[in-house]
Amino acid sequence: MQRLKGHVAQSALNIIVLIKHVPDAQFDRRLAEDSHRMDRSESILSELDEYALEAALALSEQHGGKNSENTVTAVTVGPPAAVAAVKKALQIGATAGVHLSDEALAGSDAAATSAAIAVLIQHLGTQTPVDLVLTGMASTDGETSLVPAQLAARLGLAQLTQVSALSLSEDGATLMARRDGDTETLELQASLPAVVSVTDQINEPRYPNFKGILAAKKKKVTTLTLADLGLDPALVGASGSWTEVLDAAPRPARAAGTIVSDTGDAGIQLVDFLAAQKLL
Amino acid sequence: MATILLFLDRTGTAAGSPLSKVSEELLTLAHTAGEPVVALAGPSDDSLLEQLGRHGVSRVLVSEQPELNDYLLAPKADFLAHMVISTGACAVLLENSADGKDLAGRLGIALSAGVITDVVGLDSELVAEKSVLAGEYNVRARVTTATAILTVKANIVDVVAAETPVTAAVETVEVPFDAASQQVRIVQRSPRAVSGRPALEDARVVVAGGRGLDGDFGPVEQLADALGAAVGASRAATDAGWIDHAFQVGQTGKTVSPQLYISVGISGAIQQKAGMQTSKVIVAINNDEDSPVFEIADFGIVGDLFEVLPQATAEILRRRA
Repeated sequence: MQRLKGHVAQSALNIIVLIKHVPDAQFDRRLAEDSHRMDRSESILSELDEYALEAALALSEQHGGKNSENTVTAVTVGPPAAVAAVKKALQIGATAGVHLSDEALAGSDAAATSAAIAVLIQHLGTQTPVDLVLTGMASTDGETSLVPAQLAARLGLAQLTQVSALSLSEDGATLMARRDGDTETLELQASLPAVVSVTDQINEPRYPNFKGILAAKKKKVTTLTLADLGLDPALVGASGSWTEVLDAAPRPARAAGTIVSDTGDAGIQLVDFLAAQKLL
Repeated sequence: MATILLFLDRTGTAAGSPLSKVSEELLTLAHTAGEPVVALAGPSDDSLLEQLGRHGVSRVLVSEQPELNDYLLAPKADFLAHMVISTGACAVLLENSADGKDLAGRLGIALSAGVITDVVGLDSELVAEKSVLAGEYNVRARVTTATAILTVKANIVDVVAAETPVTAAVETVEVPFDAASQQVRIVQRSPRAVSGRPALEDARVVVAGGRGLDGDFGPVEQLADALGAAVGASRAATDAGWIDHAFQVGQTGKTVSPQLYISVGISGAIQQKAGMQTSKVIVAINNDEDSPVFEIADFGIVGDLFEVLPQATAEILRRRA
């Protein structure tokens, strides 16, 4: 697949941050009984996406800063209400927002989602070359972590996933990243453009301040449909997905257990319990 | 019988490593459901082949091409894609780790094949069970394409050998790698410290500590060692720097489903609950009787962990003596 950009411009860094509007994990989250799709009424910007946005803002600030022509575009795919996540990202510091919204997208699995995002990024790339696509380590609703790898594979871009440190060389051409595996830590290098997913260990995300909230009102959010991208609706949604959910059932609630207050022998009682459960 | 492909990664610092418990579980699933074939990145050896033979693996497709070692993951996905095509495998089983999910995602695009992650059960028709929304729902899902790619959680089957052991034969293969797969160079590898305790995701028993430990993991480690358990931690404990992030259990850390999970000084908010609520038996020790963890505990103790844990550890050692 064609590269988004042959070489890196010295002048401006153009970063896309993929964000998702997800059901707030503080409340009970539900799947609809018929479609098995997520109830998205109490939704927020996915917490894990804030790390990707912070990484983008930090890179932009380190390479030119406020006086540069750098862009950090918050991009989301989702129903009309998902624009709230884009607006939050603009308040935190993204320079512009893009919202792909189309009823045909409902029910997309990771493969179909990555297909839509790949075409969307190519579309945005025809206007402003894209240097870097940043994402969180997972969405806090679907939790598959598949989209960054699938997007990189579809676009033929360098894939640096689950990184916990990220920097860009002085000349803006080489990305350096650290990936902490279970048994070893890898130091990675790649040329731009690239797709990078970041863990929650990479930084401390900033909060929107009053100035940011005011500034966000003047920032532009572009809403696009599949027709704007020239993308066949059959390639996304349930018809474009390679997996299907057969049924979904709430997990049976755990029966209430025995709770004791320690009066001096609770440690012994614990061992008695483990012995009775044959867990010793 | 249907061919099921498994992947063993022995590149980098993993060269010569023994078969992990998770790999043995995947082999058990594979030889129960079909005919397992192993794709091995990195060197083979006799002890590995002997173990694979006991799991009914007669074909081991080995590549030691340097690209597998030099670049991050993408060449391994290319290797697997070629092995699926050459073996005609109907399914690929991978670990549910960061590496496993990344490989699954890329492989899915290379083969136009559906991917299901976080699998906790699998039937002979390759219908997968998975728990979603932090364990709140159980979902049954299937792949609608010719090849199914599944990342499978640890501890979902007991390891058993194949009914008839076979001799595992090595076939050395060389595959072409896509130029796009050779863009992310590994410039340095550093092994991470090993504890000598079982790996968190594989362990039958996990003892996890949180904010209530106030920086002192000693009582948790001593109980864990008495039980032969892995040590885990809440996000509060890893964020405080009391223990490495690799030990974090929760939504942004590891998801574990051991036979026994002992939660120590952890309130049990959603972040933590997401990582452990599918454990078979949950024991909670916390000095705050209103902690949410008591809502999901089979056995709870409201008390001072610095009294309760040493007493329990001493009692276990006494009964074993």
